[in-house]
Amino acid sequence: MALAGTRSAGQATLALAIALFLGVFLVVPVATVIYVAFTEKGGGALTLINFLDFARTDLFVRSFWNSVYVSAMTVVWASALALPLAYLTTRFEFRGAMLVQTLGFLPLVMPPFVGAVAMQLLFGRNGSVNLLLDGWFDFKIGFMEGLNGVIFLQAIHYFPFILVNLSAALRNIDRAMEEAAQNLGSHGLRLFRRIALPLALPGYIAGASLVFVKVFDDVATPLLLNVKEMLAPQAYLRITSIGIDDPMGYVISVVLIGVAVATMWASAQVLKGKDYATTQRGGGGLARRKLKPRESVLAYAVVILILALVLAPHVGLLLLSFATVWSFSPLPDGYTLAHYARVLDDSSVYIKNTLLYSSLAAAIDVAIGGAIAYLVLRTRLPGRQWLDWAASTALAVPGVVLGIGYLRAFYGVKLPDGTPLAALWIVIVLAIAIRRLPYALRAAYAALQQISVSLEEAAENLGATKARTVRRIVVPLMTGGLLAGFVTSFATAAVELSAVLMLVQSNFDAPLAYGLYVLMQTPAGRGAGAALGVIAVIIVAVCMGVAQLAADRSQRARGLDI
Amino acid sequence: MVRLSAVVTTGFALGLVLAAGAAFAQTGKVTVVTSFSKDVTGPLKKAFEKAVPGAILEVQNRNTNAGVKFLEETKANNQVDLFWASAPDAFEVLKGKKLLSPYKPKATGIAEKVGSYPVNDKDGFYSGFAASGYGIMWNERYVKANKLPTPKEWQDLATAPYFDHVSISAPSRSGTTHLTIETILQGEGWDKGWRTTKEIAGNLRQVTDRSFGVPEAVNSGQVGYGIVIDFFAFSSQGAGFPVKFVYPSVTTLVPANVGIVANAPNKAGAEAFIEFLLSSAGQEALLEPTIRRLPVRPETYGKAPAGYPNPFKDKNLQGLLTFNAELSESRTAAVDTLFDQLITFQLEPLKAATKALHDVDAALANKDNAQARALAKEGHDLIAAMPISAAQAASPEIRAAFTGGKQKSARQAELEQQWSAFAKEKYSAAKAKADEALKLVR
Repeated sequence: MALAGTRSAGQATLALAIALFLGVFLVVPVATVIYVAFTEKGGGALTLINFLDFARTDLFVRSFWNSVYVSAMTVVWASALALPLAYLTTRFEFRGAMLVQTLGFLPLVMPPFVGAVAMQLLFGRNGSVNLLLDGWFDFKIGFMEGLNGVIFLQAIHYFPFILVNLSAALRNIDRAMEEAAQNLGSHGLRLFRRIALPLALPGYIAGASLVFVKVFDDVATPLLLNVKEMLAPQAYLRITSIGIDDPMGYVISVVLIGVAVATMWASAQVLKGKDYATTQRGGGGLARRKLKPRESVLAYAVVILILALVLAPHVGLLLLSFATVWSFSPLPDGYTLAHYARVLDDSSVYIKNTLLYSSLAAAIDVAIGGAIAYLVLRTRLPGRQWLDWAASTALAVPGVVLGIGYLRAFYGVKLPDGTPLAALWIVIVLAIAIRRLPYALRAAYAALQQISVSLEEAAENLGATKARTVRRIVVPLMTGGLLAGFVTSFATAAVELSAVLMLVQSNFDAPLAYGLYVLMQTPAGRGAGAALGVIAVIIVAVCMGVAQLAADRSQRARGLDI
Repeated sequence: MVRLSAVVTTGFALGLVLAAGAAFAQTGKVTVVTSFSKDVTGPLKKAFEKAVPGAILEVQNRNTNAGVKFLEETKANNQVDLFWASAPDAFEVLKGKKLLSPYKPKATGIAEKVGSYPVNDKDGFYSGFAASGYGIMWNERYVKANKLPTPKEWQDLATAPYFDHVSISAPSRSGTTHLTIETILQGEGWDKGWRTTKEIAGNLRQVTDRSFGVPEAVNSGQVGYGIVIDFFAFSSQGAGFPVKFVYPSVTTLVPANVGIVANAPNKAGAEAFIEFLLSSAGQEALLEPTIRRLPVRPETYGKAPAGYPNPFKDKNLQGLLTFNAELSESRTAAVDTLFDQLITFQLEPLKAATKALHDVDAALANKDNAQARALAKEGHDLIAAMPISAAQAASPEIRAAFTGGKQKSARQAELEQQWSAFAKEKYSAAKAKADEALKLVR
């Protein structure tokens, strides 16, 4: 009894600490900005009239439905891209599986505004593809037009969320399940559909819900395609315009947050009441089958086609970084190394800062995300669900709102020497960590859902304390998922811009994304920006490759141990 | 687990190692918040640090809007010395919020006026250091491939060949475009000016939310023509892009400015930077291919390359419109919101109506028909119709709707809904007239 008391006391302390962290670095800063939505303009009296205005304005209603449509369609297309890759690389003896996993992750590493610039050059109205089509066959395809253009770019950009989470989930499935089904006569696609896919559902849902919310809240891609009639761009345009104190931008932010929370809630409902946990953990995931020669050709063709599509932005960026002038022609006029020479002297500071900020932020995210997942799924603390919801709202808080909130909440707090707290680089790290927390959280959540609680009960029956069980049983078994969370948070943190742009106080503290932004804002300097972009992608890719390797090794090591 | 904790600890360790090198203060540090790109700030930073030994220019790059917001949010504990940007209206906003401190530059030989716009703020809160004018840039390859004409005047962009080939940034997002629109409105009058604006808008391919988006689209050949500030075109030419630029006769030159932020931590350094910008060395740096602003020191043009525009000599840049900054200021929010509600967010219906009218005009040229001509005129008038007059735009009621003042007759959101509904209805009526006319001439 006494033991149980300390247990829940420990859990409660942990929960309170996390709540405090979220309160100070998410809820309070955002609240200082968002409360405007509930006040009358000019007067400051509390009111809900702004929400009524929202519902009565055609533009906002139209934007809302456009956002819903784009987000849903993006999930569909992103799934279509991710499923074959995840299936082929986890289910079969597939040479280069790790390479495919790493390359498949790269689109997330592309700072969105850079990717869209490169894609315009390739797929735009007068991009390479359309110029060639027009020259040969006299027609053009509107890849990048309107809402469909947004779906096209978003599906390419965000499908790794599904790929990573689904692959991690597939690897975690107990091989015995599959074998049992095979013994009962099931095989092939039916086996995948009836056994593997349902068991991997938590991973898929984690990825798909992230994609939905991210696309719903993304500002950069629609705006680069000049699509403004979506909800997040509407909020952004209003919040960042000068001279007008307009509550509607904040009203939309509240709506965005509401949609994010509702999505997370709905995805939890889908998984509710079913048990995805499997007890045996040593099998290293699904059995891998050898591909027959003909299947093999088909499989490689599919993989190469998908990779060619999703890596198109990187190809475009690479070309741009070497291009002298690229204007209304399928390929650049000439090639040069000058852009790389130009960014070389600045980039070391940017790179150093990026690695520092992203690794710290991702470490914070994995620690907090893992803890929240544990508290929600394994304890009975009252209100634990709120931690999950609060953390998930970070997905929907526009970066610029968080940035302004941080300035408001922390700029007045002075350090002993008079510099404001918000001017410290650690504040950038915290902002990035908050922005990327939901990624790690979803990954941790999915990982824990796949672990049977009976393993922990066994450990406790053998006399292990709760803390020891967590340390020796839960965390090791979650490694794959946590690592997926770390990698996702790290890689996306490396290209975070909107909040950073508000908070960077000096070039000395600026990360790569800021440098990219600065270099891209000029007609003469896009080559230099692209060069820095290529450097950013390579660095993050190398870091991810290392992490991927570590994940694979640990998986294999554990497979042998047991 | 070992792996994961290794990754996490490496992360933290990396953090601590790198952190050690990440913070030390500089003496002589001058901090500037600017919207100018690295192409502009880089050479000027270098020249400034050479001219003033011991000084270090710390550049914080933010777009104009974010910069204003930043100064506003951090005023209680300001760490910034200078604000440095193009749009005079951003400086007006800062001045209005008491975020600037006055300074009278000591430099001599600076023109009082460039074009017909005073170089310095009359109250001394900010100083112009370079001039820029608005005009049309185009991509020569695009124009040649699509067999399109070369524009001279704003009105040219409203004609049929330009349909779906023009780009502009939203005035609510770009101080420079706001001035372009305001220039057209002041030059041609409220109703005629809006008519021109909407006729051009009917030919738009896109309305970007960043002023930089326009030269980018023209340079890469995604659109043919862009309405831009001159240096976008000049620096693109400097970088080798096949683009051309023209100043229409209704344009205005306005200064790009620099101002000292109120409670600047290094006021002396801030003053030194302003003096440097206005010095011969600072002004000559503006001629660099990546910068290409028009200096405010007339003698500097002696060192400019051939063909460089000279507002103090060139005939087409003399006697330009006198820009009325107060009038502009009085209706800024109304003009921007009108543009967004009538054009940006109604672009599809506007383009559909415009296209139909272009078709009618083309058909009429082949076969005249008085009735169809009358219908087409009605269609054009419907497009040009405005929900409010010039007087209303600057009225206290409308202004209060945007500032939240007491006199408002409607909330901003209500006004926006009214205006967009107005535009939608007029454009679909215009399309109906055009379709009717088309039946008569076909």
